[in-house]
Amino acid sequence: MFDLSILLFIPLITAIGVLFCKNNSQVKWVALSGSTVQLLYCVELLKIYWDQRTAGNTIQMLFQQRISWFKPLNIEYYIGVDGISIAMILLTAFVVFAGILISWKIDKLTKEFFFLLILLSVGAYGFFISLDLFTMFFFLEIAVIPKFLLIGIWGSGKKENSAMKLALMLMGGSALVLIGLLCLYFNTHTVTGQHTFDLLAIANMHIPIEVQRFIFPLMFFGFGVFTAIFPFHTWAPDGHSSAPTAASMFLAGISMKLGGYGCLRVAAYLLPEAAHEYSWIIILVSTIAIIYGAFATLMQTDLKYINAYSSVSHCGFVLFGIGMLNQTSINGAVMQMVSHGIMTALFFGAIGMIYERTHTRMVAQLGGLLKVMPFIITVFVIAGLCSLGLPGFSGFVAEMTVFMGAWQRPEIYNRVATVLACASIVVTAVYILRAVGATGMGPIKNKEFLTFKDATWTERLASVTLISCLLLIGIAPFLLNNLISPDTKIIMDNIARTAILK
Amino acid sequence: MNFDAFILMKSEMSLTLIIFFLLFLKVWDGIKDNTALLYIVNFLLLINLITGLFGNTDGSLFSGMFHTNNTIYLEKNILKLGMFIISLQSFDWLKNHKHLLEFYILILCTLLGMDFMISSNNFLMFFLGLELSSIPLAALANFDLEKRKSSESALKMILSSAFASAIMLFGISILYGVTGTLDFTEMASLLTTSQLSILAFLFVFAGFAFKLSSVPFHLWTADVYEGAPVSVTSYLSVISKGSIIFIFITILLQLFKNYDTIWINVLNISLLLSITIGNLFAMRQENMKRFLAFSSISQMGYIMLALTNGTQTGATAAIFFLLVYTFSNLGAFGVVALLSKETGKENISDLRGFYANNKFASWVMAICLFSLAGIPPTAGFFAKMFLVTAGAEKGNYTVISIAVLNMVVSLYYYLRIIKAIFIDKPDTPLAKLNGSMMMKISFVICISGAIIMGFASNLFEYINTITGK
Repeated sequence: MFDLSILLFIPLITAIGVLFCKNNSQVKWVALSGSTVQLLYCVELLKIYWDQRTAGNTIQMLFQQRISWFKPLNIEYYIGVDGISIAMILLTAFVVFAGILISWKIDKLTKEFFFLLILLSVGAYGFFISLDLFTMFFFLEIAVIPKFLLIGIWGSGKKENSAMKLALMLMGGSALVLIGLLCLYFNTHTVTGQHTFDLLAIANMHIPIEVQRFIFPLMFFGFGVFTAIFPFHTWAPDGHSSAPTAASMFLAGISMKLGGYGCLRVAAYLLPEAAHEYSWIIILVSTIAIIYGAFATLMQTDLKYINAYSSVSHCGFVLFGIGMLNQTSINGAVMQMVSHGIMTALFFGAIGMIYERTHTRMVAQLGGLLKVMPFIITVFVIAGLCSLGLPGFSGFVAEMTVFMGAWQRPEIYNRVATVLACASIVVTAVYILRAVGATGMGPIKNKEFLTFKDATWTERLASVTLISCLLLIGIAPFLLNNLISPDTKIIMDNIARTAILK
Repeated sequence: MNFDAFILMKSEMSLTLIIFFLLFLKVWDGIKDNTALLYIVNFLLLINLITGLFGNTDGSLFSGMFHTNNTIYLEKNILKLGMFIISLQSFDWLKNHKHLLEFYILILCTLLGMDFMISSNNFLMFFLGLELSSIPLAALANFDLEKRKSSESALKMILSSAFASAIMLFGISILYGVTGTLDFTEMASLLTTSQLSILAFLFVFAGFAFKLSSVPFHLWTADVYEGAPVSVTSYLSVISKGSIIFIFITILLQLFKNYDTIWINVLNISLLLSITIGNLFAMRQENMKRFLAFSSISQMGYIMLALTNGTQTGATAAIFFLLVYTFSNLGAFGVVALLSKETGKENISDLRGFYANNKFASWVMAICLFSLAGIPPTAGFFAKMFLVTAGAEKGNYTVISIAVLNMVVSLYYYLRIIKAIFIDKPDTPLAKLNGSMMMKISFVICISGAIIMGFASNLFEYINTITGK
C-alpha cells in the first residue's frame, strides 16, 4: 500500500531543512530537491493508484488512513484519494516544482521565501487528500499566512494593499465555509449518536432540504471566493499582480483550485438537492464571471493584470461546469482546473521572466522581444495559445468538454448561458493575441532590450516541464479523463439519486 | 487533626509559604543582589508549578466552603503556568527595580486570592478570594513609580473594581435574602424564577462583566492597561481574566443552571457587543497595550460564545482556549515588554522594520498573533474552532455568523502589526534588542505552547473528561 501522509511529511521536512541551511544556494538546492522528491513520489502515487484501479479495486477512496484526532468532537485525521484528488495533487507538485525553479534568482530573505513557499504547498496537499471536513478546513486556512507574507514582503506595486485585501477576502470566504461547516456538522447523525465531519459518511446521509438550502450558498460562495467567483473576484487581479512570480503561480495555479475542488467535493457532492435548486444561480454568476473577466482583460495594459483577469474568466468555466450538473460538464470542470492551473503557472512564469529583465510589465513599453529572448517569448506564446484554447493544448480539451456537457442541458436558460460563455472565447483570442503580438513582435522599443539574456537553465527546465504537461493533456486527453471520470460519476450519481427521489 | 486540609489546599499552602518566605527575605534584607533574588523567586515558582501537577485528590473542606477537583487543579495549574511565564518576562524590568520583593509578594497574594476564588463553593469564600485578588492588583498597576500614567491607571483600577464588587455584593445579598444560604449547592436547589432573584442574578452578572471587561462594562480596561507596567498588564489580561472566567463557568453552569434561558440571552447580547466593539476599537489603536486590551475584550466575547452552549462542552472549550490564550497572549506581551524595556516605546509604528534585526522576537510575535487570530497551524485555530463549535450546538446561527465574520475583522488588525514588523521599511530600523536568557526561555515556552497545544488532542480529551464529572 501507499502512505499518503508522506505527501505532507516531504514538504514539511523540506521546509524545516530550509530553516537550517547556512547560505542561499543551500536553501535553493534543498527546496529544489525536496520538491523533486515530492514530484517523483506523486508520479509513483499515480502509478500505484492506476495499478490498483486496473486490478479492479473499486473502493471510492484509496490508501485511506484514519486517526482519531479530537475524540469528544469526533474529529479525525482522515485522508484518502480518488482520481480527482490525484489530478489535483499532481498539478500541485508540478507547479511547486516549476515555482521553485523560477524563483532561483531571489536573493532577498531567501530562506524565509522558500520556507513560506513550501508551507503554502503543505496546505494544498493536505486539502486535496482530506476526507474529514475539519482537517480539510484546517489545511485550507494554513495558506493564509504564507500568502500574506509572500505578497507583502517580496511583492511589487501596491503590495501592502493587495496582500491585505487578499488575506481578508480569503479569510472571509473561509468564514462563510466555517459557518456552513458547523451547520452541516450539527445536522449529521451517526449510529453512535455523535455528529461527524466524515465526508464520505455525510454523502450517504440525508441532510434535510431546509438545511441544505441554508448551507449551500455559504459553502459555494465561501469556496467560491478562493476561485474568484463573481462578485468576490476583486482580490484576484490585485493579489496576482502584486505577488512575486512564484507566488502568482501558486495563487492562480493552486490556490484558486482549492476553491473549485471545495465547490465540487463539499458543496455539490454533499448537498446535491440544494445544488439542483441553486444551479441557475451558479450558472448566472459564472457566466457573468466568464464574460466580465474576458472584457475586463481587454482593458488591461499590465501583463500580469491581463493574466489575472483572464484567470477570473477561466475559473468561471470551472464553476460553470459544476453548475451544469452533468457528468461531462463536471469532467470538463476538473480538466479545466488542471489545465488552467498549469497554463496559468506557465503564463505567470513567462511574465515573471520578462519582468525580471525589462523591469516593466506594461504592454505599451514592450516590443520585439522575440528577437532578444526567443525562448522566453516562445513560452509566452505557447501559454497564450493554450489560454485561448488552441486545439492540441489542454485548454481546448477542457473548455470543449465543459461546453459539450453544458449543451446536454436543453433548457433555454442554460442554452443561452452556454452560447454566451462560448462567445467569450473570441474575446479571449483578441486579448491574448494582442498581448503576445505587442510584446514579442514588432520593432524593439528600447535599445536597452538588446542587452538582455535569454532564459537560464532553471527557467528552461521549469517551462519545459509545464509545457510537456499541457501538451500531454492536449494530445492524449483520455489519460486525464479516464483518471477522473469514475469519480465524477460517483459525484454525479449522488446528485442524480436525490434528484429522482424528489 | 488530619492532614486533609494540607493535601487539598496544597496549591494555596505552597503559595502562602512562598509569600511568607519572601516576606522573611524582605525583613532580613540579607540578599542585596536583585538578580540572585530573581533566580530564587523564579525557581520557587517553577517548583510551585511542578507540585501542582502531582498528587491531586478531590474533596471539600470547611463544611463545603472550599472544594477542589481535577478541573479546579487544572485551572490553578494554568494560572500558575501563566504566573511563571510572566515572572520570566519581568526579569529584565525587575532587575533594577527597588521594590522587587514587594512586587512578588503582592502578585502572589492576588494569585492566592484567585486560587481561593476558583475553589470556592460558597459566596463568602468567593467574595473573599475576589477581593484578595483585585485590591493588590491596583497597587501593582502603580508599579512604574515615576510614571504619572501608572498612578492614574491604579486609581481607575481600584475605583472601577470597587464599584464592580459593590454591584456584585448587592446581588449576592439579595440572593442570600431570597434563599437564606450562601452555599452554591444549596442555593442552586432553592432558587426560583421570581423577579427578585432574576434581578439579583443580573447584578451578579454585571459584576462579572465588569471584571471580564465585556462591553458595556469595558471602559476602564484600555486606560488601565496602557498605564500599568507591561508585566502587570499581561497579568491582568491573562491570569486575572482567566480566573474570573473559571469561576464564572462554575457559577453559570451550577448555580444558575435553572436560569439558562435567561443567561444565554444575556450572554448573547453581551458577547456580540464585546466582539464587535472590541474589534472596532482595536482597529484604531496605536499603543500596543491598548491594542491588546481591546483584542482581549473581543477574545472574552468568544469565550462567552462557548458558554452559551450551556453544558460542559462549552466549559471544555473555554478552558482549552484559556490555556492556549495564556501562551499566545503572553508571548505577544513578552515582545511588547522587551520593546518597552529596551527602547521605552510601545506603539505599533515603533515596530516598523522590527524584523530586520530581531528575527526571533518577530517570529514569536507573528506566531502568537496568528494564534490569537485563530489561523492554523497554531493552537489558536483549534481553540477558537472549539469555542465556535460549542456555541453553534444550540443552533443560533445569527450569533455564530456575526462572531465568525468578526474573526475576519480581527485578522485585519493582527495583520496590521505583522505588516509593520515584516513589510514596512523605516529609515532607521530598530537595533537588535538583547533580552535576557529568561526572556528567551519564556518565548520558547510561549511559541511551543502556541503550536503544540493544537495537536495535543489528548489534553483536550482529558479536559473533556474532567469537566464532564
